[in-house]
Amino acid sequence: MTREEIIIAIKDIIETIAPDEETANLDPAERLRDQIDLDSMDFLDIVMELRKLYGVQVPEEDYKELATLNGCVQYLEPHLSDKPLHCAAQA
Amino acid sequence: MTYDAIIIGAGMSGLAAGIRLAQYDRRVIVVERHNLWGGLNSFYTLGGRRFDVGLHALTNYAPPGTKGVPLTRVLRQLRLKHEDLRLGEQRCSEILLPDLRMTFTNDFEHFRAEVARAFPTEVPGFERLVQAVRDYAIGQDRPADQSARKVLPEFLGDPLLREALLVPITYYCSAREDDCDWHSFVILFRSMFLEGLSRPDGGVRTLLNLLIKRFKQVQGELCMGNGVRRILVDGGAARGVELEDGTLLEAELVLSSAGLTETMQLCGRQDLVRPADVGRITFVESISILDRLPEECGHVAATSFFSTGVPLRYRPPSDGLVDVASGVISSPNNFVSDQPPEEGCMRLTFLADHDRWCALEEDAYREAKAREVERAIATAAQLTFDWRPYTVFQDIFTPRTIRHYTGHVNGAVYGSPHKRHDGSTQVDGVFLCGTDQGYLGVIGALVSGISMANRYALVSA
Repeated sequence: MTREEIIIAIKDIIETIAPDEETANLDPAERLRDQIDLDSMDFLDIVMELRKLYGVQVPEEDYKELATLNGCVQYLEPHLSDKPLHCAAQA
Repeated sequence: MTYDAIIIGAGMSGLAAGIRLAQYDRRVIVVERHNLWGGLNSFYTLGGRRFDVGLHALTNYAPPGTKGVPLTRVLRQLRLKHEDLRLGEQRCSEILLPDLRMTFTNDFEHFRAEVARAFPTEVPGFERLVQAVRDYAIGQDRPADQSARKVLPEFLGDPLLREALLVPITYYCSAREDDCDWHSFVILFRSMFLEGLSRPDGGVRTLLNLLIKRFKQVQGELCMGNGVRRILVDGGAARGVELEDGTLLEAELVLSSAGLTETMQLCGRQDLVRPADVGRITFVESISILDRLPEECGHVAATSFFSTGVPLRYRPPSDGLVDVASGVISSPNNFVSDQPPEEGCMRLTFLADHDRWCALEEDAYREAKAREVERAIATAAQLTFDWRPYTVFQDIFTPRTIRHYTGHVNGAVYGSPHKRHDGSTQVDGVFLCGTDQGYLGVIGALVSGISMANRYALVSA
């Protein structure tokens, strides 16, 4: 996955767990929480979906690295660079 | 068989926990003693009619997409759609006390105006209370189990207004006698007054069917009609369960919705239960099917909470089978719905004494049911309307029925007066979900299952 694809993957996960949230205009540098309604339960689900879809394990102490889309890319790139994007948005 | 988690009870909390775990590929089994799911909130068919037990209304109503409220959170976590619940909002509900009638709807401004009308001098205190309820977070300011009766005078001077809030809230949540803890008061104030009441078209089975369907979709395993005989504990930690038919299931994590006392009994550790942990609040409920709709008799309230005396006497009666001085009247017809129930229905719930009901012989039991319900409806009729002449069918359940179907000691509907908010028990790997973990109502039970599953099986795994 490229950095752009990681963003697509994250947005796709957010749309799965919070279908009533709009992800198209998210600012990648801003905290996700400040832009859309995501609570700690939703962040847990982002982590769970990453594990389920891509086999990436994010330990609890690293959840904070996922606060922004840029943060997600930064943190996930080493884990995802050799994995293909496989989510609805790709089709 | 080895599982990541075994869940005891296919009620709201157990099914919600099961969905969460199965959704994330945990090997999970939900074990239920009865052949029907739902636990405290279930359903049955009798005389060709469908009945609900437990659920009068869903609290925590919120329109689709409302941010940051329990209903939205639950739907997200379980991947359910709001529209599939087919929620019909209440027309209104009422609080009936001596010389006082107040109504509330799902629009909080309506209740605000009611308070201002009936208690004009209490408005500033009421607004402070509303703010405190909105700002409340567990663990802040005061202990969760502090008495609501002791806290409320900090906000409200008029005892009648305090009672008007306490009667519906206590009836809908409290395991504690003659009181309600502050935490529960706050949660219920939000879920009944700030959010509101609704009912799924088709009643509780609509919600349960969604849960079961979702659980199967994520490949959860459901074991019905075979309860847990004991929880296997070795070296102070859970190792699995033994079922009634002798089957052994292994797991290091057991989430139990059986109740605190009941779970400790299953662990063989009754010695850890203090007498004060055992709840006694239980009810008799009558369900009357009418040959006309309640609104044709002028009754439009979805729920009516009443007490013929103040303060509310909320404990098992000391001198009889039931106490008819207070109760809740509920009509499933009085929710706005595309598919309303075809027949009129009035339900009446009132306090009862478990031990006396269970001591009755079969004939005396049947006779007592008819007699006591007659007396209770006569009281309720003076406050609403007398539905006895229009009744074409009636069913009644008692603490005995509740004990049978929930397995709760004393038929205690709301379980233990002392909640375990973190779900922990003295046995490692055994955690509580449901009633005794301390979330309230149907949505609360779902939140309970979700949050305990998240905390003890997903985050920490």
